[in-house]
Amino acid sequence: MSEPLLQLQGVHTHIGAYHILQGVDLTVPKGELTVLLGRNGAGKTTTLRTIMGLWQVSAGSVTFEGENIGLLATPDIAQRGIAYVPENMGIFSDLTVAENMILAARNAKGAEDMDAQRLEWVFGLFPAMKRFWQHPAGLLSGGQKQMLAVARAIVEPRKLLLIDEPSKGLAPAIIQNMITAFQELKRTDTTILLVEQNFNFARQLGDQVAVMDGGRIVHSGSMADLAGDEGLQQRLLGLSLASHQ
Amino acid sequence: MNSPATTAIEPLPTVKPDRLPLMLLPVLALVALPLVGSASTWVTLTFAGLAMGMIIFIIASGLTLVFGLMDVLNFGHGVFITLGAFMATSVLGLMTGWTTSTSLLLNLVAVLAAMLVAMSVAGGVGVVFERVIIRPVYGQPLKQILITMGGMIVGEELIKVVWGPEARPLLLPTAFQGSILMGDAAVEKYRLISVVLGLIVFAVMTWVLTHTKVGLLIRAGVQDREMVESLGYRIRRLFIGVFVVGSALAGLGGVMWGLYQQSVIPQLGSQVNVLLFIVIIIGGMGSVTGCFIGAMLVGLLANYTGFLVPKVALFSNILLMVIVLLWRPEGLYPVGKK
Repeated sequence: MSEPLLQLQGVHTHIGAYHILQGVDLTVPKGELTVLLGRNGAGKTTTLRTIMGLWQVSAGSVTFEGENIGLLATPDIAQRGIAYVPENMGIFSDLTVAENMILAARNAKGAEDMDAQRLEWVFGLFPAMKRFWQHPAGLLSGGQKQMLAVARAIVEPRKLLLIDEPSKGLAPAIIQNMITAFQELKRTDTTILLVEQNFNFARQLGDQVAVMDGGRIVHSGSMADLAGDEGLQQRLLGLSLASHQ
Repeated sequence: MNSPATTAIEPLPTVKPDRLPLMLLPVLALVALPLVGSASTWVTLTFAGLAMGMIIFIIASGLTLVFGLMDVLNFGHGVFITLGAFMATSVLGLMTGWTTSTSLLLNLVAVLAAMLVAMSVAGGVGVVFERVIIRPVYGQPLKQILITMGGMIVGEELIKVVWGPEARPLLLPTAFQGSILMGDAAVEKYRLISVVLGLIVFAVMTWVLTHTKVGLLIRAGVQDREMVESLGYRIRRLFIGVFVVGSALAGLGGVMWGLYQQSVIPQLGSQVNVLLFIVIIIGGMGSVTGCFIGAMLVGLLANYTGFLVPKVALFSNILLMVIVLLWRPEGLYPVGKK
């Protein structure tokens, strides 16, 4: 495992009266894809939102490149090189695909200011983005919206991508395209923290894995170890890989 | 950075611009034509309605964006209208020689000076209003309503302290007085000027919203401010900017409204306030295009019903709002808000 880019130590998060994260310890190694697994309500989405500053850390620390970012505002966290793809994709439906991308490219005032080579690479990963460039994002299909959400996160180089359930609600053919795109993304040494419920999807991409339950990390290790241990899968996730293939 | 990944190409979605709300304007005008009877009276009423609508749009456009960006219900918006109108009485009072001159240029300079001063003062007061009154109640709608209404009352009283409680005249400069004949119809020059100015403000605002990065951020922020922040932009700063511009536009609208009525009273803002909320609800909260159409509809309807059935004119705008909301419960151009 390479050096950690992001570390959560004893992180607690309260949302109103609810105590959601109850001491999360998580390490995301640089240049690797870490998958966060767990049942509904385990605290996976809250973990991503807490890292992004969208929920306030009640206790503990969130360290990114050696700096505690736990008390920073969301824009400051984003400006440190962290991109976030929320579960609802966060697409601006009244804006065109181009306008969505221009907003994600913080230094670009218009499409002409964007890094053309980078944009072509993104179009290579998600050709639909080029095809629907001038179309309102609200008219895209669910799969295309998910592609736009990821394309927006990578339109400029970022140090860390936080991606929440990218396969949710997508057709198998689109999921396969997403897997291919993430595999290509991994080849660029981008660090990714991916929340996922689809274990088959996660298994194909993950280098590291952490499993959450009840607002805590209950297991962390390499994905290869978890994928190869049916008993461990059964114990942690209540499933076996075989049943998901 | 070459990629082997491919994507299943799905069919192109069809882009269908929603022009139905836009059609309401010519439909309303054409329905009114046979009812009014006389073509010349209809032309006069239509221009009066459009002029009134344009002024309402200038005032309400900032209010709708303020709500769209931060869900802030600012019932104190009217105070900027009153402030702008009273500033105009002071500025034009100092420039009486210019406004009574027959020179169009001198008249224009005087009115422009009044508008600039009114916008600057209203914008400046907007900064203080946002910081002192709005900021402590972000995300608390009930408190927002109460405290902004309180701010409006305090502002109104302060205006009375400075300018007095009586109505003050705000006369049109000489070159702006009188009418232009269009066939048999007499159209007041000032109404034409108001229509042109309103169209300019709408065009500039639309251009900024669609062709600049700040405009994109405003439109995106109206839909999903959390995502805008996650992209690394400070929505609070954007909101303050929009609030100040909205206050300045309300000040400009106050000057125009005052000149339209030819007099100004301290209760001007609170009287117009209800109309503003009707307009932004009809248009769809947060939508500038919707606000524009809503303002035109309100202006036209008020003038047609005022002529045809004066008693109905009192509640015609509320009736219009009810009909629009029955047809489109989120307004004419709802914003895809999350």
